[in-house]
Amino acid sequence: MNDMSRLSEAGALPATPPATSPATPPETAAERRARARRERYYSAGQWRLVWWRFRRHRGALLAALLLGAMVLAGLFADVVAPCAPTERDRAYLAGPPQFPVFCDAKGCSLRPFVHGSRTERDPVTLRLRAVPDPEKRDPVIFFVPGPTVRLLGAIPLSVRLFGLESGAPLHLWGTDPLGRDVFSRTLHATRTSLSIGVLGVLISFTLALAIGGIAGYAGGLVDAAIQRVTEVVRVIPVIPLYMGLAAAMPKEWSSTQVYFAMTLILGLFGWPTLARRIRSQLLSIRGEDYVLAARLAGARPARIIAGHMLPSFTSFIIVDLVISFPYMILSETALSFVGLGLRPPAVSWGVMLQQAQSVQVIEQAPWLFIPAGFVVLAVLAFTLLGDGLRDAADPYGQNG
Amino acid sequence: MLRFLAGRAVGMAVTLVLVSVMVFAIMELPPGDYADRYAFRKYSGTGVTITEADVAAIRHTLGLDRPAPLRYLDWVGGIVLHGDFGKAYAFETSVNAIIGQKVWLTLGLLFVTLVLTYAVSIPIGIYAAVRRGTATDYGLTVLSYLGLALPNFLLALVLLYFANRWFGASVGGLFGQAYEKAPWSAAKLWDLVKHLWLPALVLAWSAMAYQIQTVRATMSDELGKLSVIAARARGLPEMRLLLKYPARLALNPVVSTIGFDVNRIFSELPIVAAVLGLTELGDLLLKSFLDLDMNVAGAILLLLTVVIVGMNFVSDLLLAWLDPRIRLGG
Repeated sequence: MNDMSRLSEAGALPATPPATSPATPPETAAERRARARRERYYSAGQWRLVWWRFRRHRGALLAALLLGAMVLAGLFADVVAPCAPTERDRAYLAGPPQFPVFCDAKGCSLRPFVHGSRTERDPVTLRLRAVPDPEKRDPVIFFVPGPTVRLLGAIPLSVRLFGLESGAPLHLWGTDPLGRDVFSRTLHATRTSLSIGVLGVLISFTLALAIGGIAGYAGGLVDAAIQRVTEVVRVIPVIPLYMGLAAAMPKEWSSTQVYFAMTLILGLFGWPTLARRIRSQLLSIRGEDYVLAARLAGARPARIIAGHMLPSFTSFIIVDLVISFPYMILSETALSFVGLGLRPPAVSWGVMLQQAQSVQVIEQAPWLFIPAGFVVLAVLAFTLLGDGLRDAADPYGQNG
Repeated sequence: MLRFLAGRAVGMAVTLVLVSVMVFAIMELPPGDYADRYAFRKYSGTGVTITEADVAAIRHTLGLDRPAPLRYLDWVGGIVLHGDFGKAYAFETSVNAIIGQKVWLTLGLLFVTLVLTYAVSIPIGIYAAVRRGTATDYGLTVLSYLGLALPNFLLALVLLYFANRWFGASVGGLFGQAYEKAPWSAAKLWDLVKHLWLPALVLAWSAMAYQIQTVRATMSDELGKLSVIAARARGLPEMRLLLKYPARLALNPVVSTIGFDVNRIFSELPIVAAVLGLTELGDLLLKSFLDLDMNVAGAILLLLTVVIVGMNFVSDLLLAWLDPRIRLGG
């Protein structure tokens, strides 16, 4: 009831209960609407209530949209990105970003364009580098032809979302010292980094369910033993542990093998927090009557856990899953950053940031840091989303 | 109280045994072993052709052809009985000689980082809770969100960039160039202190963010308690009241997560060390993993974990001392 009174304060519900004495005058349109709203609230299912509460959490909603956009960008990277992730543009090494503009010193155009570039020798470092050439204008257009790619691994397409009219590669966020397009690589990296997060979380979730489930359901000695092992995994510093496992990967493995090994490593040691949560929840409802009833009816432990006990705290598990994403992403980024994670030609945020390890890079080619922005945004978004979901899933939460 | 301590100590011992098994397993994990790498290092480029038999002979002399459980006992026995961590392959000396004083450097860095973490997060957390709902509070919350989202190594790079701009190029590392190889002296110690603030700040960053949120949450809960209202009714000055009742209880979750913070700091140490050019255990750990010098890596991993387990014990002790409910109930 407490929850409901909070809701009415927050304006989701009218304050007074419906008066149903026959003497009342026929209800007005406003009253009818209010009554309909109330009835909708009382008859709404659990997930609908969660959604309604979640909807009011602006930050979380924004975070969900941002993550959605990232997922889309990653899924359709092949077509959205103007270049292939490993394609080198030898005429534009470590070139600055090319922002499409409408106007320049020579006047305005109705079509957005970028300036062409020429190669120049840097007077200080004597390296070749690309500089914009204000004499040449190259308009940006949508749907330019490109080499055929398989969208989502299936649909063959030979078109890119946008590009330059002249057919030259467009470097929206500049290029790295090898002449590879930062924008295209970032999109492909988004796909890799997010998918590692998803696979890692799935693996650790499965393990957490099994381990936490057994510990919480069995209790007693089994629980004590499992708790001890959990403690050991929790006490070893995570990144050094991952480093040890990653270092053991044979050097001759292909980047695909390394990719799957990395998801396995991240997943294999990410379970303790969630397993503890599942265990303590199971322990607290182990003695409930409906569990006893299920046991008396002859249901087997796996069925009792999965079918009867887990549904009572599904929402909490989902929150924990969302919250564990940032750890996966940050771990992968950190490992790849120091060269123990993914290996080229695979491209992830961490692999890209490997090129930006020194202060000199920040000074000379700050655009190589753009993937860092993606890491920060993704982690922030997952954290905000987790907070929003937690508030929404908790029926006694302060935000009603 | 004694039973509580004894129980904790036994639990700690069991954990340590399991940890050592796990670390040993990690050391065994990479393909090839010490004998392979030793042979490669000693004879590559010398023109001598070595055969499988030669490697096997080396393996036999080093006792590496015995079953894994025996080698594990050897390894643990050496550490426990003689404090000997075995041989390092890359430097052709003992692990102890390489790790040596870096242990103290690392512990010093850890200590400074922890002090910084708590000195910043506890007052700020309390302040944010007292001023709940104000602009300051929201600002601090946003900042601590950023603290969680910005990876330490990126923060390190950004800080390094600004430090280079404002203070010149001498900021990275733990020592200035003049003192890097110099013997210990007061001047060197002062030099270390001057260099320590940057890595300590970077390492404390995310632990601070967490603890600010924890302190703020507990403090907010405690501020509504009857004890606070009663104390206010008695006319206790606000400052004393805050420190005496809610702040004391808000310390509990902080104290109980000391081990967790140490874990977090050590976890980030190798990466931050790589960026900042620190010369302590984290950096050595990363290098030895890259070189597959597993004896050194295993020793460091074990040492770090022992420190974490030790800090967990300290945190239990502190908690029992702070909170009579735990002391008497345990």
